[in-house]
Amino acid sequence: MFLKELTELAGVSGCEYEVRNYIKDILTRMGCDYYVDKLGNIIAHNKGRKQKTIMVAAHMDEVGLIVSGIDSDGFIKFEAVGGIDPRVLNSKAVFVGEKKIPGIIGSKAIHLMTSDEKGKALPLGKMYIDIGTSSKAETEKLVSIGDYVSFNSKYVEFGDNLIKAKALDDRIGCSIILDLLSMKLDADFYGVFTVMEEVGLRGAETAAYRLEPDLGLVLEGTVCADMPEVDEEDKSTLIGKGAALSLMDNTTVYDIDLVRSIAKIAEDNNINYQYRRSSAGGNDAGAIHKTKSGAKTAAISVPCRYIHSPVCVASKKDIHSVLELTKSVIIENQKGEDHV
Amino acid sequence: MFNSELMKRLSDCFGPSGREKMIRELIMDEIKDFADEITIDPLGNLIARKKGKGKKILFSAHMDQIGLMVTHVDEKGFLRFANVGGLNAKELQGLRMVFADGHEGVICCEELKENEKLTTSKLFLDVASCDKEFIKENFRLGDMCVFKSDYYETDDCVICKAADDRVGCYILIEALKNHPSTDNDVYYVFSVQEEVGCRGAKTAGYSIDPDLAVAVDVTATGDSPDGIKMDVKLGGGAAIKLKDNSLITHPHVKDLLTDLAEKNKIRYQYEILEFGGTDAGPIHTSREGVPSGVISIPTRNLHTSGEIFNKNDVEECIKLLIATAGE
Repeated sequence: MFLKELTELAGVSGCEYEVRNYIKDILTRMGCDYYVDKLGNIIAHNKGRKQKTIMVAAHMDEVGLIVSGIDSDGFIKFEAVGGIDPRVLNSKAVFVGEKKIPGIIGSKAIHLMTSDEKGKALPLGKMYIDIGTSSKAETEKLVSIGDYVSFNSKYVEFGDNLIKAKALDDRIGCSIILDLLSMKLDADFYGVFTVMEEVGLRGAETAAYRLEPDLGLVLEGTVCADMPEVDEEDKSTLIGKGAALSLMDNTTVYDIDLVRSIAKIAEDNNINYQYRRSSAGGNDAGAIHKTKSGAKTAAISVPCRYIHSPVCVASKKDIHSVLELTKSVIIENQKGEDHV
Repeated sequence: MFNSELMKRLSDCFGPSGREKMIRELIMDEIKDFADEITIDPLGNLIARKKGKGKKILFSAHMDQIGLMVTHVDEKGFLRFANVGGLNAKELQGLRMVFADGHEGVICCEELKENEKLTTSKLFLDVASCDKEFIKENFRLGDMCVFKSDYYETDDCVICKAADDRVGCYILIEALKNHPSTDNDVYYVFSVQEEVGCRGAKTAGYSIDPDLAVAVDVTATGDSPDGIKMDVKLGGGAAIKLKDNSLITHPHVKDLLTDLAEKNKIRYQYEILEFGGTDAGPIHTSREGVPSGVISIPTRNLHTSGEIFNKNDVEECIKLLIATAGE
């Protein structure tokens, strides 16, 4: 598990270099062949028995913010990068820019709110980042427009095998691919760490264009809604219930024979799995399956509560299920038996 | 002569986006004696080729239809679902649906509170069984269902489900059966997953790398009471698309289709659609670009269980497509 280190690195879409450098380091130490493409994707190759080209992808980037302005008192204005819910931003600690300047996302205190403002989520435009400076000039010494902002949130283990961290979507997938690569399986696959998924599956498209996979496997942290007030049928995935297999989302109608074959592999190997009930959202599969002449693609995910927030929660048991299932799917497919 | 028997079979065949196996097999069976080569690509597009040494032409009609996918089965046997393609919750209530294996259900709605908005999450499918074993065995997450509705025709028009785009498939099949003698290398593509974003056409366009592409698909009309402002009407002939949200027809293709219609005395009308898109969208931006256009079948009540089109319009579309194949 590389998850603690991976989640504590900053890697907002378009600025993934901390994560990339960390992964490159690990790959070098493992003795794994890899290269970095023009957009910044890492493409690592595990050589082994091969029937087909398998691309296993996880994205390095996370949602975050970007500095869009500095006001006369030195407060920082910002825009969202990727799908940020304004409700989760207020009163959060962040790091700004490469120098990781600590800051706090602030807003007007409740005492000063009008009755209209109370009880409503603040729009992004009403919030600012306070880095403890008192003038524009002081802030400008530390921060520039265009600097990326990521959440400041430590990796913590708690409860029954649960972890809390930022960016579990999708460092969880990155960590699982590193685990897979470290196993040195005698089954060929490419481990691909993509950029810019959160802003539109951009890295995955160029990586798939180069690799021309026959089979794509996307490993994700996916939305989990098993909390109170959610009707049973709307619980997208359940924490602790195993690897979540996607059937359909906004970017992909998953090849049903492939999905059912993966479910069968899970059953045969006693690996916990569930179907993802929601059809909302999307992931790198949307780009991979449509690249060039097309590729059958599946998404195998770890349920994450409070996803896209600084306090995502996932279960180590589910992470283990996704790792074991992906490993089995790769091995089965490279055996040459007709599973796809 | 309009082949009602074939059109009925095409309309009745199960095949929502991503589940095109049955409709693909039906079409394959229908065309296998007429094509020089038939392939199925990784996403499931069915590609029939009439070989030639000349210009590469791609014709595309999509096999998939809109439908619903089961996302949850509760312990009492009620099913929840998500839309597959563009469906409006308001129009779903009370409709009968049918699954690939013939099981049926009816769409019902939870009791709505006053002023509560009707959304898909308020709807459920009642599959008419109190037998838990039966439900467990026959309905799984990921199963899809489509409208159940009978084919009906008058002397000039047809009411059916999935005219979008089985009537396009019908036109391609009839054109393939009457393929002209030509040097052109022509690919008849029966594509998948158009209704969820023209996904099949994207990969087919890439693999075939054509010099010219023409999609055949339904379009809206402006001829119903208090309908949208649009010049296209039933019985007005083949509609040559000029623009929609996915394509501005290449000027050469517009001229080509118009000239062919004039020369062959084919009845046509121009179409400008202010919404929607077709397979020509992703195909025309494929690789280095492909001059593309669309021959449209004017169709009322799009994306409902009772789409209506005119048989003479269909005949004109077939003539125009055959003329294009031979050009």
